[in-house]
Amino acid sequence: MSDSTVGVPGSFGVMETEFRAKRAAGRKLLVPYVTGGLEGWQDAVRAVVAAGADAVEIGIPFSDPVMDGPVIQQASQAALDQGATPVSILHEVRALDVQVPLAVMLYYNTVHHAGHERFAASLRDAGVVACIVPDLPLEESGEWCAAADAAGVETVMLAAPTAPDERLPRVCARARGFVYSVGLLGVTGERSALADTATALARRLKVVTDVPVLVGVGVSNAEQAVQVTRVADGVVMGASVVRRILESGPDAAGDYVAEVRAALDAAG
Amino acid sequence: MSLMAEPSATGRFGEFGGRFVPETLVPACQELEAAFADAWADPVFRAELDHVLRTYAGRPSILTECKNLGEQLGIRLVLKREDLNHTGSHKINNVLGQALLAKRMGKKRLVAETGAGQHGVASATAAALLGMECKVYMGAVDVERQALNVFRMKLLGSEVEAVHSGSRTLKDAVNEAMRDWVATVETTHYCLGSVMGPHPYPFMVREFHRVIGQEARAQSIEMFGDVPDVVVACVGGGSNAIGIFSGFVDDRSRLVGVEPAGGAAVSRAQPGVVHGMRSYLMQDEYGQVQEAHSISAGLDYPGVGPEHSYLASIHRAEYPNVTDAEVIDAFQLLASTEGIIPALECAHALAWIVRAAPTMQGQTVLMNLSGRGDKDVAQMMDVLGK
Repeated sequence: MSDSTVGVPGSFGVMETEFRAKRAAGRKLLVPYVTGGLEGWQDAVRAVVAAGADAVEIGIPFSDPVMDGPVIQQASQAALDQGATPVSILHEVRALDVQVPLAVMLYYNTVHHAGHERFAASLRDAGVVACIVPDLPLEESGEWCAAADAAGVETVMLAAPTAPDERLPRVCARARGFVYSVGLLGVTGERSALADTATALARRLKVVTDVPVLVGVGVSNAEQAVQVTRVADGVVMGASVVRRILESGPDAAGDYVAEVRAALDAAG
Repeated sequence: MSLMAEPSATGRFGEFGGRFVPETLVPACQELEAAFADAWADPVFRAELDHVLRTYAGRPSILTECKNLGEQLGIRLVLKREDLNHTGSHKINNVLGQALLAKRMGKKRLVAETGAGQHGVASATAAALLGMECKVYMGAVDVERQALNVFRMKLLGSEVEAVHSGSRTLKDAVNEAMRDWVATVETTHYCLGSVMGPHPYPFMVREFHRVIGQEARAQSIEMFGDVPDVVVACVGGGSNAIGIFSGFVDDRSRLVGVEPAGGAAVSRAQPGVVHGMRSYLMQDEYGQVQEAHSISAGLDYPGVGPEHSYLASIHRAEYPNVTDAEVIDAFQLLASTEGIIPALECAHALAWIVRAAPTMQGQTVLMNLSGRGDKDVAQMMDVLGK
């Protein structure tokens, strides 16, 4: 696996360039997750961007989301029931007109079914700069990563608490945009306390890479976000954002992200 | 070399298989792959498994010739009686293998998915025997139509959780079992019930079911001096079919895997990726996995094990499908002509044999009767309105 792009100034993609610059300026990165196709989802994206998100992760719903817990499953199913498709969501992404990098999170069959190159091109054409595929581990990622690289789409790799030390540098070498440090053993969803694994893995990653390290899965409130960013460069917040959209609508998600933003800035 | 040799280093049978799992599970799959290779090469482990298969599961299972029905159909019809195994199906072969392996790996807990409940019951049984904890995920729809098996699992000391997401059948039970495993991987072994999932499962589960084919081949030669002309089995994920095919794949025998019309993944021949594997998969124009519909909970699965996709792609095996109506007829036919009530899953295999019999006159047809029909009697009482 080539790591020729790592550490070479100017060779990073849109999102990684921006994340590195913000990190250098002392800012902790905040990436909320919004389920695409859910009623009001575009307003939610605009609201979280206005509230200080550094990028937004847009979920493309899949029928069998094995990495997701009840909240995101419910949102995905609701979006699918409302007729959302990868094509309709990417079409709506073009109309978002927000000034932060947009990433999509999807399951591999969405890519596989469309075809690697065709799908990478459709992301690029929609203005999506990065992609997260939680069921595509390093060993299976070659074809997709090649197509994504060629289209200029940054493939975020996930690193898990179960990874042995020798695996982490290989995962990081293939990561573009950021390394998604999985916060716990388990699926997405809110937890009352931050798992010990959240900071432990981020710390292991920070030793082996200078790619921005963001912790996601199980980071459930402002306090926990502050806790993980003492080690990590940022956080991805999913279920806690989506639950607010489901319960109270897009503005509630914006208010919540503003609260997390303020806590991160105050701690920094 | 056998057509059913080991998969490639990346766990592929041709272009099918692989390991499409979240990063969290990659080390566990690697560990399992190494542990299985080690155990399978260890005569002590093989002897231990063989012992428990003989003295607990009741192996070898016999062959039964169906003289009445065979005469009626104009074929020589022979059943491999996996229905006579302890717990009533072939599932026990795989489960005893995996549970012994899990124990050898130091795991204390099993999770399993189940459709009709046969794999769940087998897993609960193995857990009871070996003193392990066990949790079985079962689609809420299946919990309802297989209430007896739910009670069996609880009686055996396992926890059963009804899954209310998605289609609330087998595919969703697999999702939920995988979610459990992602969270508990350090102490838990996922006892997957078919030749599906990420590498090494399709390979490992096949090896645990190879005993069906090995026995059946020797028994066929003893019974009629030759391998059968045709070998038939039902296919959901495809474990009983792989088991019996493995005995004949390098012979002249025609291999037939029968899918339900509402879950005919192989017929559609569209590759997809779900549950850790690349295989033929029922999906819509955007790659969303479609729901399978079949009268038998055990075959309500929109995918198929990757080695079946491979055998289909090289035309070594064929995968026709049958309707629920044909299955209901076949279910009653075997009961009334031979005094054997088959599982609804196996009635699919028989339904195809009944349909194809006019083209197989005088041939020897070996069918894997992979499970008994006791679990389906209540459902069929409703269906038949009796």
